[in-house]
Amino acid sequence: MRRVYLDHAAATPVRREVLEAMLPYFSQRFGNPAAVYDLGAEIKEVLEEKRHQVARLIGARREEMIFTSSGAEANNLAIKGAALANLKKGRHLIVSAIEHHSVLNAARYLEKFHDFEVTFLPVDQYGLVDGQRLLKSLTPATVLVSIQHGSNEIGTIQDLAGLAAICRGQGVFFHTDAVATVGQVPVDVQSLQVDLLSLSGPALGAPKGVGALYFRNKLRLVPQIHGGIQEDGRRGGTENVPAIVGLGQAAALAGEELGAKARRLSRLRDLLVAGLTERVPEVLYTGHPEARLPGHASFCVEGIEGEALLFMLSRQGIYANTGSACASKALKTSPVLTALGIAPDVAQGSVVFTFSQDNQEEDVHYVLEQLPPAVERLRSFSPVWRKKTAAAAGA
Amino acid sequence: MYSDMVMDHFANPRNTGVIEDADGVGEVGNPVCGDMMTFYIKVQDDRLVDVKFQTFGCVAAIAVSSIVSEMAKGRKLEEAKLITNKAVAETLGGLPQNKMHCSNLGAEALALAIKNYQEKREKDPRDACAA
Repeated sequence: MRRVYLDHAAATPVRREVLEAMLPYFSQRFGNPAAVYDLGAEIKEVLEEKRHQVARLIGARREEMIFTSSGAEANNLAIKGAALANLKKGRHLIVSAIEHHSVLNAARYLEKFHDFEVTFLPVDQYGLVDGQRLLKSLTPATVLVSIQHGSNEIGTIQDLAGLAAICRGQGVFFHTDAVATVGQVPVDVQSLQVDLLSLSGPALGAPKGVGALYFRNKLRLVPQIHGGIQEDGRRGGTENVPAIVGLGQAAALAGEELGAKARRLSRLRDLLVAGLTERVPEVLYTGHPEARLPGHASFCVEGIEGEALLFMLSRQGIYANTGSACASKALKTSPVLTALGIAPDVAQGSVVFTFSQDNQEEDVHYVLEQLPPAVERLRSFSPVWRKKTAAAAGA
Repeated sequence: MYSDMVMDHFANPRNTGVIEDADGVGEVGNPVCGDMMTFYIKVQDDRLVDVKFQTFGCVAAIAVSSIVSEMAKGRKLEEAKLITNKAVAETLGGLPQNKMHCSNLGAEALALAIKNYQEKREKDPRDACAA
């Protein structure tokens, strides 16, 4: 059976060049970068070279990067680390309503255990944060604002530079979770004017278990993993050298390919969006139609539930994602879809496709061939669809 | 994650559809919570001669509806009322923990359809017999 994998935001293969670059660092070049002798010093040098490669991808300096175990850890360090280092300024945080759980729950942790007040900024129907609304939410006690750059659930890319400029004007630190955008679109910390930025290795074709946090110019952070002098004392624990080598290699490759990749993935995405909305009635294209991630197409298919659709598709070798309540362990509809104002029953029909360079045009054709009958079949015994169509016929 | 039995009933659900002149209808859940099931029954001599359902929901919800319809069809009403959510889950070869509530919905929807039939008959015995 044909296999069409379109869940690259969830996991994507480690690139061959990346894996090859990593291999020597497991058994041959195994030294601890903190060791004083040559076997350690040379690994430390490699580490710094990789730090430079990652920094270059986002227009940062080498000494402004901390390696972490994931994008989620980078988000935790940014939010908890910056908030707790600036208690003197105040205890107010602002995050958007459509942040990743690692941002939302880090903010809730501060609320619960450190008496912070958290403002969850609403978004419009496309998932965009309004600058005026942000400005009005700032108080003298606001320490940090965190707004994600791109959304892996709805594809929307924020106009970050505008939002960050508002915060800078008020002397408030600005963090962005750029896990979805780094390696997909150009990301430059100087033009975006952000103070903190999280990125993740797997999104770039590096292995799982590695990420990085950019922090502007000596910005103070309270470590979230207490330990030794690794990462200049900002994060304890011996560095995951092979994974960091992979991240550096992946970042270097991503920088070279960015433009061509974005153009190619946008074309595949547009093909899928046009084909799907034409072939399946009552489908909502979620997120912003233009300001969005190149390889990201997200929909809500009315009258059906997303998990059931994913399984129908996977039986045909197609792999996608959903924000449906039934597919989540907690059985809750994705807060992102709720924040867009999508009705809960419509949000249940969420399906998300994310492309990579491995995908071809034939993959899109295959999805367009397989998805409409799968939807039709689920709708054929859906009481929700029956009521909807009966109401439409009666009207 | 799901047993072979669940996947089979999901991929090939039995007894899907609507009985327009049903003797009893039972509806549980709502799409806002995630799952919604509607069961339709035809009754003759206190026996379920036909059972059909419509389900909006996940893999488990669809498989549960399908197996409940099979377990119920041909049974005496009093036997069908005894179909428990536990029996449903067991017949399906188990359900993931966070999907156990789906098995409640199936048994509940069937029980509601039977209740609906019995209430109608109490109100107007001729109406029920005419079917």
